[in-house]
Amino acid sequence: MADTLRNDAFVAFERVQKSYDGETLVVKDLNLDMPKGEFLTMLGPSGSGKTTCLMMLAGFETATHGEIKLDGVSINNIPPHKRGIGMVFQNYALFPHMTVAENLSFPLEVRGLGKSEREGKIKRALDMVQMGEFGGRRPAQLSGGQQQRIALARALVFEPELVLMDEPLGALDKQLREHMQFEITRLAHELGITTVYVTHDQTEALTMSDRVAVFNDGRIQQLAPPDQLYESPDNSFVAQFIGENNTLLGTVKEVKGGYALVELDDGEVIDCKPVNVSKPGERTLVSIRPERVEIDKSRLHPDAHLLKAEVLEFIYMGDIFRTRLRVAGNEDFVIKTRNAPDQKRLRPGETIEIGWLPDDCRALDAP
Amino acid sequence: MSDTTDTGPVLAADGTPLKKSLSRALRMQKVRALMLIAPLLIFVLVTFIAPIVDMLFRSVENQIVSETLPRTTAALEEWDPDTGELPSDEVFEAAYYDIFIAAERKLHTRLGTRLNYEQTGVSSLFRKSGRGLDDIGEVYQDQFEDLNENWDEARPWAELMSDPDWIAAREAWDEDGAAPMPTYRLQSGISDVLPRTAEAYRIFAEFTQREDEDSPLEEEPWSMVHTALFQDLTEQDVSGYTGPQAAMLQGAAGAVGEFETISFRDGFVEIDEDWLDPEVWQTIQTYSPNYTTGYFLNAVDMQKTPDGPALRDEDERIYGLLFQRTMFMSLVITFSCILLAYPVAYLLSTLPMRKANLLMILVLLPFWTSLLVRTSAWKVMLQQQGVINDVLVWLGLVADESRLVMINNQFGTIVAMTHILLPFMILPMYSVMSTIPPSYVRAAKSLGASNWTAFWRVYFPQSVPGIGAGSILVFILAIGYYITPEIVGGTTGTFISNRIAYHISSSLNWGLAAALGTLLLVVVLGLYWAYDRIVGIDNVKLGG
Ligand SMILES: Nc1ncnc2c1ncn2[C@@H]1O[C@H](COP(=O)(O)OP(=O)(O)O)[C@@H](O)[C@H]1O
Ligand SMILES: [Mg+2]
Repeated sequence: MADTLRNDAFVAFERVQKSYDGETLVVKDLNLDMPKGEFLTMLGPSGSGKTTCLMMLAGFETATHGEIKLDGVSINNIPPHKRGIGMVFQNYALFPHMTVAENLSFPLEVRGLGKSEREGKIKRALDMVQMGEFGGRRPAQLSGGQQQRIALARALVFEPELVLMDEPLGALDKQLREHMQFEITRLAHELGITTVYVTHDQTEALTMSDRVAVFNDGRIQQLAPPDQLYESPDNSFVAQFIGENNTLLGTVKEVKGGYALVELDDGEVIDCKPVNVSKPGERTLVSIRPERVEIDKSRLHPDAHLLKAEVLEFIYMGDIFRTRLRVAGNEDFVIKTRNAPDQKRLRPGETIEIGWLPDDCRALDAP
Repeated sequence: MSDTTDTGPVLAADGTPLKKSLSRALRMQKVRALMLIAPLLIFVLVTFIAPIVDMLFRSVENQIVSETLPRTTAALEEWDPDTGELPSDEVFEAAYYDIFIAAERKLHTRLGTRLNYEQTGVSSLFRKSGRGLDDIGEVYQDQFEDLNENWDEARPWAELMSDPDWIAAREAWDEDGAAPMPTYRLQSGISDVLPRTAEAYRIFAEFTQREDEDSPLEEEPWSMVHTALFQDLTEQDVSGYTGPQAAMLQGAAGAVGEFETISFRDGFVEIDEDWLDPEVWQTIQTYSPNYTTGYFLNAVDMQKTPDGPALRDEDERIYGLLFQRTMFMSLVITFSCILLAYPVAYLLSTLPMRKANLLMILVLLPFWTSLLVRTSAWKVMLQQQGVINDVLVWLGLVADESRLVMINNQFGTIVAMTHILLPFMILPMYSVMSTIPPSYVRAAKSLGASNWTAFWRVYFPQSVPGIGAGSILVFILAIGYYITPEIVGGTTGTFISNRIAYHISSSLNWGLAAALGTLLLVVVLGLYWAYDRIVGIDNVKLGG
C-alpha cells in the first residue's frame, strides 16, 4: 500500500497521523506521493478522514504526527495563507458581501497586484469558467452551478500549483454534476495544475481521476488508477465500495499455479485468483463483477468449475439485462448481460449454470 | 371544466364566484388568527399605545387656563400687550369672578402652579389672591348687612333668587331617601332683573349643593354674590320687580347710590402689587388657548415671547444640554459595549458547545441579579473610599489625599451602564456570529489572506448585522435609562430621563415631562429611520 517514496513527489504525506480528541486516530499512518500535474481523488465513505487529510494539507488542521511536504519542503509549520494552495469548499464559501468580481479580486489584492493586472486576471478566470457576464452579481444571485464555477475560478485565479476540492459538486443535480466533472478535469489538465479532489461518489472518482485513493477507517485502502481499482481491488472493502459486486464466502482448499481452489460454504468448489490469501484453510471472500459472469458455457474453459443458479428476477434495463440469482445460498447474486440480438432472456424459476474466468474471480480477505 | 368560460368569472362548486368563496374561506382563517392574538393586542393597546397617546396629548394640552379662567381669557382677547398698558377694568372684573370661583373650588393653586412654569411668582400670586379676594366682596356685604339684616341670611337670599317650586322640593327632599336631590333652578325672570347676581348665585347654589352637600336654603351666599348684586343695582332698574323679597331688594336699590365702592383693580392691587405688572396678564393671555406649544418650546430651551418663540437666556437653558449629554453618553456606552462584547461574542461562537454554554451562563448571570444590587455594587467599587481607589492607593499609584473621583459623574454612569447593558450587545452579536460558517475565514486564508485581513475583510463585514442589532438595542435602552444614572450619575452624569422623572414625581409638571418624553421618542424614531437609510433595517439580525 505505502508507495515507495519518490524524491520528485510534488505533494507527499509521510507517516501522517491525526487525532482530534487524543483518544482515537482519525487518520492512521497516511503515506501518499503525488507527482506534479496529477489529478488525485480521495474516495471513501463519510467519516473516513478525507476532509481531515485535505485540511491538513491546506494548513487548517495540524498533523498529530508525521510530515507533509510540498515540492520537497515540509510545510508543517507554514500557515495556510502562505502555502499558496487553491481551495474549493463544499458549500463554495463565496463571500456573500462581495460581488463575484470582488471575490475573485480578493486573492489578487492580498497579493498586492495592481488594478489593471487584477482586472485582466479576473476576466480571464471568469471567461475560463464561462461566467464572463456575471462579474457584477452577488453570490446569492447565482444558481448553484454558477456559484460552483465562481468558486472554481476564485481558487484558480491566483494561479496556484496545487488545488484542493472538498466535495465541490455535492450540492448539484446529476446532470450539472456530470457537466462540471468534465469541466473540472478539462481545466485541471489544460492548466497543468495538481489537484486533490475529495468525494464520496465513486463514479465521480472513476471518471475524473488519474489515480484514486480509497479511504476507509483513516487509512488508504488502495491507491490506483480507476481501471485497476475496479478490476483488481486489493481487498474486500475496495471491491465492495467500488462498483457493483457479487460476494461469496468460502474457505481456501488449495493454492497452486497462480490459482486458488475455494470451497464455498455450501460445498461447491470454484477457481479464483488469490489476492490476499496464501494458504489452504484460510477464510476468504470471493468477489466477482456482475458483467464478468458467463451463462454461455461455450465461452468458458472446458475444465472450468460451474455453479448451479436459480433465476429469481429478470429486469429489463434497455442496454443491459439485470438478472438476480440464487447462487450458493446467496440470493443477491446479480449478473448483467448485454442486450444483443442473440442474448438469452432468462425467466424466473429457471435453473441455469454459471461460470467465469478464474482471473475475474478474486479471493480477498474475509471481513 | 365545462362551467367555466373564458369571459365569465370562475365559479366554485356551489355556484358562487370563486373569488367570493375564497375570500369567505380566508376570512374565517383571519378571524380565527385575530382571535388568537386578541388578548395580546388588547394588552398592548391598553398598556402601551394608550399611554403613549396620552403622553403625546398631555404635552400640548392646556385646557386648565381657559377652564379655570373662562371669563378672564375671553376678556383678555381684546387686550393688546404691546401697548404696555394694563388690561381694562372688565378684565379685572372677570378675573375677580374667575379667581373667586376657582378659590372656592380650590383650583386656583393648580392654575398658579401651571402658570408658574411659564413665569415664576405666579403661583404665590394666585395663592394670595384666592384668600384676598374676599376683601372686595366684604366691602359690599357689610354695607348690605348694615342696610338690612336679611342680606346676611340664607333664607331671604334663596327666596329672592330661586324658583319657589325648587324651594318646596328641596325642603321636602329627604337626604337619606332614595330620591335624587332636586337640581337647582333660578326664579324665572330674575336673570333679566339681576343678570350678574343670578349667575353668581346659581354658581354658588350649585356648588353648595354638589360639592359641599349643603342646602343653599341654609347657607349664606359668598361675598362674590354681594359684589354682583351691587353691580346690578347700580346698573339695572329693579322697581318693576314684584317677586319674593321685592321690598328687601328695592330697599337696597335705593341705597346703593351712597355705598362706599372699591374698583376691582384697586382690590387686586391691595392683594399684591404684581397684578399691576402687564407680564402677568400677558402670561395668562399667551397660555389661554386650549392647546399650546409651550411645553415643547420649554423642552428645547425656548419660550413664548410677544415676538414669537425665542431662546431662553443662556443660564436658563438646560434641556438642550441634557439631550446632548444623553446622546453623547449613550453613544459612548454603545461603543464601549461593542468593544467589550465583540471578543466575547466571537469566543462564544467559536468555542465548542459545552464550553460556550458555560460561558453563556456567565454572560447571563447579571440578568439574574437585581439591577439595583448591580448598580449599588458599582457604587461600592468606584467610590472614593471604594475598592478600586483602595487598591490604587495600596499599590501606590494614587496618593491617599488625591483619590480618584469615579462615581457621581459621567464616568460612573458610563461604567455602570456599560456593564448593565453588555448582555444586550453580546446576545445579538453571538447569534449572528454563530451563523457565520468557519469556511469563509478558511477560504480567505486559503486565498492568501493573513489572519487580520481574513478577519477584517471577510469575517467582520458579516458580523456587522449583529453589531447593528446590538447597537440599536443598547443605544435605545441607554437613551431612556433611569435608575442607574439616578444612583451613580450625581449631577453631571444624569440623563434626560432623570429630568423627566423629576417633573413627573417632584415638580408635577406633567406637560413638560410629556413634551420631553415625546422629544425623546422622536429622537429615537429619527435615529432608527436614519439607521434604516444608512445601514438598512434588513441588515439587523437578532438571530438566525
Ligand atoms: N473538528 C473536529 N473535531 C473533532 N472531530 C472531528 C473534527 N472534524 C472531523 N472529526 C471527526 O473525524 C472523523 C473524520 O472526519 P472527516 O475528515 O470530516 O471525514 P470525511 O471528510 O471523510 O467525511 C469523523 O469521525 C469526524 O467525526
Ligand atoms: Mg468531508
